[in-house]
Amino acid sequence: MAMEKMSIAKALNESLRKALDTDPKTLIMGEDVGKLGGVFRITDGLQKDFGEDRVIDTPLAESGIVGTAIGLALRGYRPIVEIQFDGFVFPAYDQIVTQLAKMHARSLGKIKLPVVVRIPYGGGIGAVEHHSESPEALFAHVAGLKVVSPSNASDAYWMMQQAVQSDDPVIFFEPKRRYWDKGEVDTESIPGGLHRASVARTGTDLTLVAYGPMVKVCLEAAAAAQEEGKSIEVVDLRSMSPIDFDAIQASVEKTRRLVVVHEAPVFYGSGAEIAARITERCFYHLEAPVLRVGGYHVPYPPARLEDEYLPGLDRVLDAVDRSLAY
Amino acid sequence: MTVESTAAARKPRRSSKRTSAAKTPAKTPQSSGPELVQLLTPEGERIEHPDYSIDLTAEELRGLYRDMVLTRRFDAEATALQRQGELGLWASLLGQEAAQIGSGRALRDDDYVFPTYREHGVAWCRGVDPTNLLGMFRGVNHGGWDPNTNNFHLYTIVIGSQTLHATGYAMGVAKDGADSAVIAYFGDGASSQGDVAEAFTFSAVYNAPVVFFCQNNQWAISEPTEKQTRVPLYQRAQGFGFPGVRVDGNDVLACLAVTRSALERARRGEGPTLVEAFTYRMGAHTTSDDPTKYRADEERASWEAKDPILRLRTYLENEGVADEAYFTALDEESETLGKRVREAVRSMPQPDRMAIFEHAYADGSALVDEERAQFAAYQASFAEEGK
Repeated sequence: MAMEKMSIAKALNESLRKALDTDPKTLIMGEDVGKLGGVFRITDGLQKDFGEDRVIDTPLAESGIVGTAIGLALRGYRPIVEIQFDGFVFPAYDQIVTQLAKMHARSLGKIKLPVVVRIPYGGGIGAVEHHSESPEALFAHVAGLKVVSPSNASDAYWMMQQAVQSDDPVIFFEPKRRYWDKGEVDTESIPGGLHRASVARTGTDLTLVAYGPMVKVCLEAAAAAQEEGKSIEVVDLRSMSPIDFDAIQASVEKTRRLVVVHEAPVFYGSGAEIAARITERCFYHLEAPVLRVGGYHVPYPPARLEDEYLPGLDRVLDAVDRSLAY
Repeated sequence: MTVESTAAARKPRRSSKRTSAAKTPAKTPQSSGPELVQLLTPEGERIEHPDYSIDLTAEELRGLYRDMVLTRRFDAEATALQRQGELGLWASLLGQEAAQIGSGRALRDDDYVFPTYREHGVAWCRGVDPTNLLGMFRGVNHGGWDPNTNNFHLYTIVIGSQTLHATGYAMGVAKDGADSAVIAYFGDGASSQGDVAEAFTFSAVYNAPVVFFCQNNQWAISEPTEKQTRVPLYQRAQGFGFPGVRVDGNDVLACLAVTRSALERARRGEGPTLVEAFTYRMGAHTTSDDPTKYRADEERASWEAKDPILRLRTYLENEGVADEAYFTALDEESETLGKRVREAVRSMPQPDRMAIFEHAYADGSALVDEERAQFAAYQASFAEEGK
């Protein structure tokens, strides 16, 4: 067993290295991914070891990056594209939504586009505008795309492996403020399917569902609630499209209460979809309406106000209390 | 910061200089101009060009003529089928036969084509059955052919997007060490899209073996080329660092020669070329369009005199390359094609309703599976009621 403690950033780097090593058709493309190793150093050292032909510094044009990645995939390559920051993906949104997502269906299944689009996302790093957004719902809404986000180093390693092997395009959201959080990674044993949710902490009184950067916040909230005698279960969603509703349902049928937490705005967010589906599936089990904690329907605020905007421990616990009060 | 912003906001939105500039737009050179590569005049006279030459056998010349005639016949049939309600929409290529057949016949089998939605003539050259092109216009699919069978990608509807796919594909060709080339079709309207500019940038930077074949048919629905550019489109290439050439898009020989040369350049590893085929959209943008609202009859009439098929016919007749019997036989072949297309369209089966759930994902999706089952159960409930 090859157990190793590493950061999420290192786990992603190792996983990308393994992908390049395993399949000569795998490519990495993006802005500054070469010598610099990306602005977050996720591709650090890969160009040095695999060459400029496979770890490709691109012109600064996101639509061009994704559009040419589609062409390379049509030629038989498996491009892994880096979008430098969440707020920079929108120039590529057209290529992702109208081409990448739909070409498989348009061709009646004859074309497969195994493209991974990596996007560091979310706030909490004190950045300037456009560097802290959580646009996952905008992609999850589009049929043809798969949308995932790891919350820990082991998932970062394995979910990247699975995303690269997927014959569908995968939008891979990386929780940038957790890049340096460390965890154990077993590089020899696959923990589970790419689109399976996992129970990060077991409990009996209420279920918290979260993904990416909010899993840590929810685990901390559950620990704090434990001190008050409340037993909280935390489900790490891992995949926002498709969503493992069976796992959430199983948890809610046990706890009878559900709070969904994400950084993205609550309005039309993935919490809305989860609330609707779980209400339908678990109507007679629920003791309280499904509550949601997330960002507000405002542009992401300047850095000195982001802690007001982002769901933190107290806002999660406030929702827990409101749910338990029903 | 705040003070500066306020000051800036108080400034008039347009300086007087800018206003005066806007009043006197530079004249866009829209005449074909001396730079136009031409090997066959509108009168059917064969002329020489210092940079491009072509030497075709009688059979090859007849072949080009046949391709154009049959493509036009197919196109006319599709327009008629739309008028009869058999197709929801049709995008006619009328007038652009030489640009498409000339460039299409320059390609090798291993080259790869990224078309718009109007490249019916190129599809013909690639061996795509014309009836396959009609499924999407009838509404039974979004593109019914396997792109890899004829190296002819699906029609792309969003303007200009395919130029990036072509560039990426060409980057892959270069990585593979192959000597194939890629050709991306687009129009004068698409030349304004950011994706086309990005495709030019990427192809130049990576020296990708791609030919950008722009059919400047003068009209982007109702907008003339003057609304897209202030320089001749082929000159755009220079700023990106690769050559551009303007060819008479109604001269099949020149289109063949110029495209062949650009493809050879790509194969030699010398990178992209922009070919601007100067042509004219004789018909409407699509069957939903009404060009009488925005362009004059005289303009169309002036282009009728430059008809691509007529000029080659004159040349074939003058050179004795084809006789009356040949033309008569071709007419019969045209009618047979029209009949085959008509019957194929009318007999296209209504797709199974469950087909909407197919191919959303290559690896499948639990959500789609669930929705498919719900829809099937819903449909089945009617069957039970009917019992």
